[in-house]
Amino acid sequence: MIHSTSLGGAIHFAYLVSSVLFILGIKGLSSPRTARSGNRLAAIGMLLAIVATLLDRQILSYTWIVAGIVVGSAIGAVAARTVTMTAMPQMVALFNGSGGGAAALVSSLEYRHLILSTGALPIDSGISILLGALIGAISFSGSIVAFGKLQGIFTEKAVTYPLQQVVNGLLAAAILVLAWMVLNGSGGNPAFLAFLAGSLLLGVLAVIPIGGGDMPVVISLLNSFTGLATAATGFALHNVVLIISGTLVGASGTLLTVLMCRAMNRPITNVLFGAFGAAPSGATSAGGGRAAMSGKPVRDVSVEDAATILAYARKVIIIPGYGLAVAQAQHALREVADLLKARGVEVVYAIHPVAGRMPGHMNVLLAEANVPYEELKDLDAVNPEFESADVALVVGANDVVNPAARHDPQSPIYGMPILDADKSKHILVLKRSMKPGFAGIDNELFYDPKTMMLFGDAKESIAKLAQTVKAL
Amino acid sequence: MIDHFLNDLTIFVLAIFVGYEIISKVPVILHTPLMSGTNAIHGIVLVGAMLVLGGADTTLARVVGFCAVVLGTVNVVGGFLVTDRMLQMFRKKSGPNEP
Repeated sequence: MIHSTSLGGAIHFAYLVSSVLFILGIKGLSSPRTARSGNRLAAIGMLLAIVATLLDRQILSYTWIVAGIVVGSAIGAVAARTVTMTAMPQMVALFNGSGGGAAALVSSLEYRHLILSTGALPIDSGISILLGALIGAISFSGSIVAFGKLQGIFTEKAVTYPLQQVVNGLLAAAILVLAWMVLNGSGGNPAFLAFLAGSLLLGVLAVIPIGGGDMPVVISLLNSFTGLATAATGFALHNVVLIISGTLVGASGTLLTVLMCRAMNRPITNVLFGAFGAAPSGATSAGGGRAAMSGKPVRDVSVEDAATILAYARKVIIIPGYGLAVAQAQHALREVADLLKARGVEVVYAIHPVAGRMPGHMNVLLAEANVPYEELKDLDAVNPEFESADVALVVGANDVVNPAARHDPQSPIYGMPILDADKSKHILVLKRSMKPGFAGIDNELFYDPKTMMLFGDAKESIAKLAQTVKAL
Repeated sequence: MIDHFLNDLTIFVLAIFVGYEIISKVPVILHTPLMSGTNAIHGIVLVGAMLVLGGADTTLARVVGFCAVVLGTVNVVGGFLVTDRMLQMFRKKSGPNEP
């Protein structure tokens, strides 16, 4: 809204300052030292934008607004304070869904406002409103499905059925037709409501065929969707701060999504439509590799032997995976690392970009366990170090250390950059059972003659390791 | 009307470039806080929700607008708090355990 009055000018100026604070805030997030102050800058920018908006002359009554903010703050604060770090991905999904839902509702109200006041929908506002409603609704329902999958309310597996892509395609076509009817005025309110319902349904149908291990990509993508929905809302309301902030988030989310996909060496279309990790795919996609593996022996190791190998190593590289988070064993693992360091062993953590259930999730989990971030090394930095490592300690990770990704073109994970655990002198794998990982394929690393398997719950195994190392 | 739109479009296109530039330098270890931090920023849609609720004239519009404000606030408050909680855990050297 471009205002002519000085008050309007002041609001506009406040929005400009907010936008700058958001940019500086995101910039601050690019380094661990400035990240926290960056987040605070962004929060100050948000507060400024909200206070400035309260002065807008469009606002006639404050009661409902204040009530809404109080209720929303209470819900948001309680949720943010009580969530565990393991559950962070689903929490972010929920917050993201709220934003998407808000964008869809704002677009709907703006539609109604324009229809009632002018009787028609101008083409530019109309398209902005429809885009805001469509993307916001997809983000809302998609995020809720993602939350349900991560929380274990629905199955984490990819849900597939015959003609799935055809059904989704038909739904998308129906949504387009409805959008056309809304824009040319022939459909009226029923068409708009059907459009909204169709968008919600599309969000659900688009996310259910995506497996749990691909959720980092989905959450990242939905995050960028909500940003774009917000930007579309900004177009409809002619509000600059909405356009700038929404677009910043849209761009960042898209970039993160691309980075994630690159880390898995799978095109985004494969992640979204490939139904990776579907229930039956383990049997079919594993193909010959699995049959050839199943007969091979694996080498079992006792806790005592494992502890001795670790304690007398010069260099240990720890490879944590999502299994570590599930077992809540990150604190116990840090204890073992501390004991080893006290004995003069060099310890680093190798973090695969897709370890965990959202980008960088493993870093947060280890930071929670007080692991200093200098010990966390990413794939490119750590891979040359495996050759000089005495032990690669794999805890709850699987597909990201499978050498098949390097040399077996038949493998579904072929081409994915992996951590070269197999290049170290010994490989110690802590694992509950021989169950395959998310990709549903067997891991040839487990059958490597250099590999020792310590079976059992990660937390118990690590606690026993700690005791034994202490006693040595 | 078209002037309005071109103004908005200019801002939109420039913001894409700014967003890409400032984010392409973020290290992997900060991806989760970055995601949840930017997640909080798109809660700015709350501003839009406040504007439409402030101008609402019927009960239906008020209820819908109220829901939008609640959802937007959850996004903002939850997003910033949870990001701060995560970031306070990132420290350089291992210190004493904090809650």
